[in-house]
Amino acid sequence: MIYTISTPAIVIFVFFVLAVLGLSFYFARKTKSASGYYAAGGQIHWAVNGVAFAGDYLSAASFLGICGMIAFYGYDGFLYSIGYLAGWVVALFLVAEPLKRLGKYTFADALDAKFDSRGIKLTAAISTLVVSIFYLIPQMVGAGALVTPLLGFPHWVGVIMVGSIVIFIVATAGMTSTTYVQFIKGGLLIVFSVIVVFLVLNKGINTKPGENYHSFITLNAVLTDGRVTAVDDTAYAVRGQLQSGDLVFVQLEKAGLASWWKLSRNSEPPILEEALSIVVKKNGDVLYNGAPKEARKFFSVGHVKQILIDGQKVEATGPVNPFEFTEAIESSIVIRFTKIVLKNGDDKVTIFYQNPTPGKDIMKPGLYYKLDKGSTFWTRLDFISLMLALFLGTSALPHILIRYYTVPSQRAARKSTIVAIMAIGFFYILTLYLGTGAMINGGLDLESSNMSAPLLAKTFGITLFSIISAIAFATILGTVSGLIIAASGAVAHDLLDKYLKIKMTETMKVNYGRMAAVGVGIVAIILGILFQNQNVNFLVGLAFAIAASANLPAILMLLFWKRTTSKGITWAISVGMLASLLIILLSPTLYEIYGLPAAEAPIPLQNPGIISIPLGFITLIAVSLFTKRKTV
Amino acid sequence: MLHEPAAQLSKDHSIQKKAKLGIIMFIVYLVVYSGFVVIGTLWPRLLGVESLFGQNLAVVYGMGLIILAAVMGLIYNYFCTRYEDEMNKEEAL
Repeated sequence: MIYTISTPAIVIFVFFVLAVLGLSFYFARKTKSASGYYAAGGQIHWAVNGVAFAGDYLSAASFLGICGMIAFYGYDGFLYSIGYLAGWVVALFLVAEPLKRLGKYTFADALDAKFDSRGIKLTAAISTLVVSIFYLIPQMVGAGALVTPLLGFPHWVGVIMVGSIVIFIVATAGMTSTTYVQFIKGGLLIVFSVIVVFLVLNKGINTKPGENYHSFITLNAVLTDGRVTAVDDTAYAVRGQLQSGDLVFVQLEKAGLASWWKLSRNSEPPILEEALSIVVKKNGDVLYNGAPKEARKFFSVGHVKQILIDGQKVEATGPVNPFEFTEAIESSIVIRFTKIVLKNGDDKVTIFYQNPTPGKDIMKPGLYYKLDKGSTFWTRLDFISLMLALFLGTSALPHILIRYYTVPSQRAARKSTIVAIMAIGFFYILTLYLGTGAMINGGLDLESSNMSAPLLAKTFGITLFSIISAIAFATILGTVSGLIIAASGAVAHDLLDKYLKIKMTETMKVNYGRMAAVGVGIVAIILGILFQNQNVNFLVGLAFAIAASANLPAILMLLFWKRTTSKGITWAISVGMLASLLIILLSPTLYEIYGLPAAEAPIPLQNPGIISIPLGFITLIAVSLFTKRKTV
Repeated sequence: MLHEPAAQLSKDHSIQKKAKLGIIMFIVYLVVYSGFVVIGTLWPRLLGVESLFGQNLAVVYGMGLIILAAVMGLIYNYFCTRYEDEMNKEEAL
């Protein structure tokens, strides 16, 4: 899709970035010690830390990814909201306070607190790096996706911009500026999401989402021997026909523009329903609804076909409360768009055809994760695996764990977690309204599900779109900063200082941390460009699975099983991490990326958690039982 | 060389009691969360059945899990703070 660049968008965006950089300059002058750099001196107030937790946690995946997934697949996207939030229960009840007691700067510190094991230092540092980098990729991809519509730059420019700004923030002031960036962004994200949801509810549900929304038309078709030979509007000429299973698509031409239509035989005479298309020609030219991208023929979509209130068909509901909104969606028929890729001679044709979906199917799981119709043993296992990984992943994410070192006491660690749960939980409830709001208000860019929340804001005006996009960008800045701090701590503190035992002064520790931040930032920029087309939420789900498999068995067993040994922890981290990575590499999604048929993937699971998490626990227990504990 | 916490913490005599409460509350939430996953896996159609306020079970259960986490967090904090105040008279935030 082509987006119109607006001056307010650029002004608001530049204001946000300058404010963030100004904050970093201010705190940079105060950061002199390693404790200040890695843990903000351990003096952040619990309420600030709680909102900063929210700012750290509500990443591109939460704001852009979940809203987009709900907009495209309904309730299945909300499963992520439920699972991500439930993970905080594990953090609060089991991990927060003990971790605060044990650690200093990094996740490895906590694991190694009762031992002095080089194995733990090394594997925990590597695990931190792997999880952080898996988590960084979708953030950078999200940044690139946002900058294109906001400022008109290509994807790679967006990735480099985010990378450079974040490297600057982290390398200058470390955890203190990162904390305040996350605090401000977390607060703004929630406030403006509330405003958008209020506008969605106030508008209600309407079969015509807006004045500028495209009016989809149908044409009566004339069939001869099963092929469409003419339509009732003589301005259109029939140019071709493609079939895939029971689905028939017809190419028409009007005023030199080729378009694709889906044949529906449910009525007499049969009709052609308008579809959207992207055609890649043999010479590399790409046509969007028959014209080059610059012609802006490829529009955003998403609308309701039929609304039933108390059994009566209505055109619009008018303002509704949150309960009435979801109830009305459930009794409506929503037009979703299904993608199909076909060959037409030498051309690759991607058609997005209208798929009327009952609202009751949208408001329960099943459109993405097959649990009922079309489900198999593996699709159900995938659902369990996802919910397990989300539940256990949060409290094993290194960039979240290090936030516990920024507060002065265990009580503050606990209270900040509760603030985080309330802020994050409230936001996740809003995602259901943001996502379904985008679904029915023309908020779907069929090329990128990540743009649903900003596009929904756009239906309420360019200013709100600009603010929401700038906040989304700040969202990415906040999360990436936290991830790079965690990764730089793993390199400079765990590997160089503790594992390799390089003698360092306080200043050197900070400088090595800064250098590591620059290095990790550059790696993140490169990966963000390479993974441009990957699904943001899917990648974060994988990061959760790796964290839950590699780190959680070690954390929980160290805290709650006295016979845990250093070798048990080292092996559990290694096995959990490698097993989850291996399953990911052999998964159907990765097979598609390799260009191989997804059906040939040896492990038909998208999320590895159901295998690799228990494996991590079993490894730790088995190795600990066979090895003597070194220190208690 | 052993690692030390970033901030020096005073002695906490309520650790055991808080840990026990945390485990109990975690198990309660785990059971409720597992219930959602089990229904979704074995009886997915049940999630489409209307339950409260005109909402289907999926919406009520999903939002309920989010709200339950916040409510349990507040309860947990109330009891932990009480344990700390009773058992560590000298500790201040």
